[in-house]
Amino acid sequence: MTSGRETTEEIWTGWMRAAIAGDGRAYRDLLEALTPRLRVLVGRTLAKSGAPRADLEDIVQETLLALHLKRHTWDPGQPLAPWVWAIARNKTIDALRRRGRRAEVDVADVADLLPAEPERDPTEGRDVERLLGELGERQRDIVRAIGVEDRSVRETAERLGMSEGAVRVALHRGLKTLAERWRRSAS
Amino acid sequence: MKTEDLIAAIAADTASVGPSIGRRTVAVLALGAVIAALVFAGLLGPRPDWRAAVETVRFPFKFLPTLLLAVGGIGALVRLSRPEGRIGVWGGVLGLAAGLLGASVVVELTVEPPSRWATLMIGHNALHCLALTPFLSIAPLAAALLAARHGATTRPRLTGLVAGLAAAGVGATLYAMNCTDDSPLFVALWYPLAVAIVAVVGARLGRRLLVW
Repeated sequence: MTSGRETTEEIWTGWMRAAIAGDGRAYRDLLEALTPRLRVLVGRTLAKSGAPRADLEDIVQETLLALHLKRHTWDPGQPLAPWVWAIARNKTIDALRRRGRRAEVDVADVADLLPAEPERDPTEGRDVERLLGELGERQRDIVRAIGVEDRSVRETAERLGMSEGAVRVALHRGLKTLAERWRRSAS
Repeated sequence: MKTEDLIAAIAADTASVGPSIGRRTVAVLALGAVIAALVFAGLLGPRPDWRAAVETVRFPFKFLPTLLLAVGGIGALVRLSRPEGRIGVWGGVLGLAAGLLGASVVVELTVEPPSRWATLMIGHNALHCLALTPFLSIAPLAAALLAARHGATTRPRLTGLVAGLAAAGVGATLYAMNCTDDSPLFVALWYPLAVAIVAVVGARLGRRLLVW
């Protein structure tokens, strides 16, 4: 292991400690730094099992959400990376299993019959979009406002005429529901 | 929704993280053990001659493997509740429980004449043991699975099995206070069977309940 890699690990671990202490900026830095590495790891696992890469971004997104909701299972005395990879691997295997279960029609066989998929942003998640639609209106609006429109909790609270605390609770519940639906979803 | 948007939403969720998985598991399991102890006290209670029994060798020795099973099971459960967790040293504690039980059988076989072996092994309470140990393990098992659900195991079945071992350790410890069969020949046959029942139930439930 090179010393450069060790430093990255130390930075990540420090960011995660700060994130758990409530530092949203450090948390964002950490998740953004992890994402390209997750894409590589998930992509490799998909390739190994001969699965198409179409699901890659969905799995990365599900992993990010799982990291968030299970962050209390990280031991702050341990390095962060093995914990992250274990969750990513688990989520990838789950996704492959789900895919296996619903793979009754091979898409390649009917590809000619399907309309060509329009070019889309490869970092655009499909699952999350569909699952967001299943959330309650309030939760969905809040997740979108803070995520897509990049508004702060305070702005969102003002705009929706809610207290900041209520926005925080709705955001947390929304993310939790999203993860639960993801796990149960057949897609 | 783009990944960077999802990250922004996640990073804004600064809900507090709560107690560590280890502390929480021990606390929830302690609660399950208290409930089981109350059920035990209400319905069974210790055997009438327990004051005399604690002066013997065999009666107190029964608690060694059952307590090691509970401790090793809880330790292993906490470890497996983390996604990257391995049982590690706690497997050794569980192995020690089994080893002590095995060693006590060897000692018993050398001090008791062969003509008594069958009687000692069959004892008087075999069916009680098989029914009451799992019964007393219900609350601890519910607690152990609840605690493990809060975790993030990557091996739901194994973790459920270990939750069963931890719960059965508590259940067997309580039942042992009531049981009048103290020969290791009895303990090494019927107790593990009762423990296995709980472990199998734990593994089956784990497969369903411990996915996340």
